[in-house]
Amino acid sequence: MALSKPVRTIWDIPREERFAPGHTMCQGCGAAIIMRHLTKVIGKDAIIVQATGCVEVTTTAFPRTSWLNPWLHLAFENAGAGASGVEAALKALKRKGVIDPNRKIKVVAIAGDGGTFDIGLQSLSGMLERGHNVMYVVYDNEAYMNTGIQRSGATPLGAWTTTTPVGKKLRGELRPKKDLIGIALAHRIPYIATASPAYPTDMVEKLRKAYETEGPSLVHIISPCTPGWRIRNEDSVKVARLAVLTGMWVLLEIVNGKPRVTVKVPKRKPVREYLRLQGRFRHLTDEEIARIQKMVDEYVEEINRWVGEQAIGPVEG
Amino acid sequence: MSLTLEKKEERKELRQVVSKRIAATGNYAAALAVKDADVDVAAIYPITPQVQIAEKIAEFVANGELDAEVIHVEGEHSALSAVVAAAATGARAFTATSSQGLEYMHEMLYIASSLRQPVVMALATRALSAPINIWNDYADAFGMRETGWIMLFSENVQEVYDNLVQAFRIAEHPDVLLPVVVTLDGYILSHTIEPLEPLGREEVLSFAPKRPRGYRPVLDPDYPITVGTLGTPHWYYEAKYQQVVALRESKRIIEEAGREFGKKYGREYGLIEEYMMDDAELAFVSLGATASLVKAAVDRLRKEGIKAGMIKLRVLRPFPVDEVVKALENVEAWATLNRTISYGAAIEEPLFTEIAAALAVRGIVKPMASFVHGMGGRDIFVREIVEMYKKLDEIRKSGRKVKRTYFWGVKGHDPEEDQAM
Repeated sequence: MALSKPVRTIWDIPREERFAPGHTMCQGCGAAIIMRHLTKVIGKDAIIVQATGCVEVTTTAFPRTSWLNPWLHLAFENAGAGASGVEAALKALKRKGVIDPNRKIKVVAIAGDGGTFDIGLQSLSGMLERGHNVMYVVYDNEAYMNTGIQRSGATPLGAWTTTTPVGKKLRGELRPKKDLIGIALAHRIPYIATASPAYPTDMVEKLRKAYETEGPSLVHIISPCTPGWRIRNEDSVKVARLAVLTGMWVLLEIVNGKPRVTVKVPKRKPVREYLRLQGRFRHLTDEEIARIQKMVDEYVEEINRWVGEQAIGPVEG
Repeated sequence: MSLTLEKKEERKELRQVVSKRIAATGNYAAALAVKDADVDVAAIYPITPQVQIAEKIAEFVANGELDAEVIHVEGEHSALSAVVAAAATGARAFTATSSQGLEYMHEMLYIASSLRQPVVMALATRALSAPINIWNDYADAFGMRETGWIMLFSENVQEVYDNLVQAFRIAEHPDVLLPVVVTLDGYILSHTIEPLEPLGREEVLSFAPKRPRGYRPVLDPDYPITVGTLGTPHWYYEAKYQQVVALRESKRIIEEAGREFGKKYGREYGLIEEYMMDDAELAFVSLGATASLVKAAVDRLRKEGIKAGMIKLRVLRPFPVDEVVKALENVEAWATLNRTISYGAAIEEPLFTEIAAALAVRGIVKPMASFVHGMGGRDIFVREIVEMYKKLDEIRKSGRKVKRTYFWGVKGHDPEEDQAM
């Protein structure tokens, strides 16, 4: 059974485990936490379409699988198209009486940032624009981690990756992260949210609402990657929490275009606290960190203006 | 060869199941087959010269004549992705494309066949860019030879319809479960109006029933399985060998479908079609609508007293090797005529390499040659094919070895020059 009651405390999260152990994801992998909670929310009657990526290769090495749901992987760039196909088939087969029309079967697409921001963007856009009843979950570890930490459109400013190395002339990623939420918003879909595995009740509640949404929904979840971010295994939840507490990652929910910050941060921590835990930012000078701080300040201001309140406060002094 | 009088009588009787004869383009015939097969999901991206298939299906759905979900995908890669996923969910799924569109979905061609999803696709054959060219040749179709699909070529509009009807039955057969592509020559069939005898939904669904016994969708919440897994070196090879066997064994089902189609509707289909081959000394192998031109050339040559014959490949994959070898065993010389080029290959016409290899491993070597013509919609005239036959005749008589493909009809170029290169 899918989760139908609102999630307010950790006790509202179903006990039943639907993400089988034995997969080969790293210790401290943010995506593993996300998948575990996602499968608790969607229950049995959901068909998963997954893009190529870390989660796909680590959970399905034949003849083993971590998935208790019907699960389909086609290729890297087409989770949106595959999910569209499953959803259209369910619609047609229900209408023709092949599948019980009263049975709710949700289609869930899962992809990483590469499969969403970059190579899969066209397929995602098509799926959103056509209004398929699909929930799309992005686990965003901010680079191509599966192939060995190459820069993606989701890589943040200043981050080291193997294709944005730190050299004498160039020092890490030169551009800020692509605005995926803005792209989703432009498609005017009914439900969009950002989430973090450091805030499980918030994350699960958002996944539940995305599941309940009729029409396309998108949940964008930050997913710390221990080897890619160069963090200690035991620090991944801490880093995910600091992303929120510094204002680098704002926990948002946009229902029918109306935005709301779900986890407010009255006093922000300086971004330095988030950056200094991660080897990928180790090279940053005070000047460069100040530039990132300024960028985050502007972002926070923009969010506050958008939601119409001071949801994220000033940096604590 | 022409039918005997008795056979014609018999055909007339069989035709009683056919309700009407209409005039239709190849594109319309394809859309009609989709309607009659009661397709559940169609995802099609427009590309010339295939567009009318998408338009017509949309029209059928808009008028309530077909109850299907039409996905207006944003590209061909997504088109094939969506129909593969739809088939995995248990829907009868269809797409259509051409040329650049087929290339754009190329990655998914392998995935469709490897995941054993019985999708059916119509391919309006068309040249590949550059230069951009919307007219007919077989470069797109020949580019998908290695992708594990069953490939049926159509010679005329009726065959487009009949092949598609059979394609659904073949693809979804529990012993096959492979995708099937049906070609129609761009413009030459896609836009040409010919007589068509559609069978109607009742007949098509009795010939190609949906969800036949033993066929179950792979994505079922009550029986969850993981599809599209990671295949490590431990298991990948085994999966690939299963595909080899599946494609090989699909031959039996293709033959059975063609035979039964003939019994029921009077138009029998084999893996190949032989034309004037009983006593032929010179034989050409060709396919698609080009085969019609070769037949016309054979008729002319026969009038001149030259014993010419031809073989039409209806099925390119799985390659009907036994049938082709048997047909060519007794001729004195053979050649291929194709509308595609295999750049830099040992022989630059790809049909030839396959047939020559099939004959050679059986120890059959005789005068042979290969011809390319009709690239990018260049007209092939019957008189040119007659000349090709005469060239083959000369090769037979002189006993000289032809080591390179003849590129016929290139402006200002003597095809014999290639032999010296």
